[in-house]
Amino acid sequence: MSHAAAVLSHADPAESPLTPESWGKLGMWVFLVGDAMSFGGLLAAYGALRLSAPDWPVPADILGIQLTAVMTFLLICTSVTMVKGLDAIRNGDRPGLVRFLMLTVVGGALFLGLQAYEWNHLMHAGGVTLTQLHGENSLFGATFFVLTGFHGLHVFSGVVYLLCIAIQGMRGKYTAESNNQVEIAGLYWHFVDLVWILIFTFVYLL
Amino acid sequence: MAHGTAAGSKGHAHPSYMAIFWWLAALTAVELSVPFLLQNAEGFALFVKASSLIGMAATKAVLVAMYFMHLRFESRTLAFIAGTPIVLCVFLMLMLLPDAFA
Repeated sequence: MSHAAAVLSHADPAESPLTPESWGKLGMWVFLVGDAMSFGGLLAAYGALRLSAPDWPVPADILGIQLTAVMTFLLICTSVTMVKGLDAIRNGDRPGLVRFLMLTVVGGALFLGLQAYEWNHLMHAGGVTLTQLHGENSLFGATFFVLTGFHGLHVFSGVVYLLCIAIQGMRGKYTAESNNQVEIAGLYWHFVDLVWILIFTFVYLL
Repeated sequence: MAHGTAAGSKGHAHPSYMAIFWWLAALTAVELSVPFLLQNAEGFALFVKASSLIGMAATKAVLVAMYFMHLRFESRTLAFIAGTPIVLCVFLMLMLLPDAFA
């Protein structure tokens, strides 16, 4: 082993200058930036297709705004439980962390259940499919299912991710001094909430 | 909005999360009323509807990023990195506009 390699192997890993707490947090931010561009690309494509279509339907006439409002409220609530969980472990309250994380997981699972109900209703009673709307060719369904489906996949990943963090929390992995992974998981979950805020406006309300 | 701050163990004060929650809930309620108040909007009314909805969504997104994701308390360089997609997505949308109106 060279002298330089020997020195490196004994040194502590250098701190990230942007996120002194951990490199993991910086890594999550970089991932979220890339993910945001994926959603941005999908939303831009949606906008271009909608503006270029001569007979794009009014979303409120087809989609259930009331149900989606409940889903939006639910996701906002889970963002609060997520930060409350982080706050709890930063104050050394381990049961509080697990309780708030489990509430977040339940909220996310409920959101997915409501989305499944919405999709099922739209496909069977609403006449919306990937390629057709009320029996006529339309890109409305394709843009709707791709955007909400991509977001739903993120919610599903978040639920699994937070469940893993909650299980680790139950096993006592996190303390008031060591809780970086909780904060990193929280960043992901809040991002999912943030993206839904935009999807709700552009796809459902506008 | 930053009233009622509490000190976090990371050394910075965070705002009252419940205050942010109520702001988000209130903005969502106002957003929901817009499509009903401005049904079948055309022309200037459509512009008002679209700009108010986009403005409220952007405000909510900023609240989540700044306070729930703690971006307000991070280094400025990290905030610039986090803001990169906004610039690129606006650029992408502008580039797609000619196709949209073709």
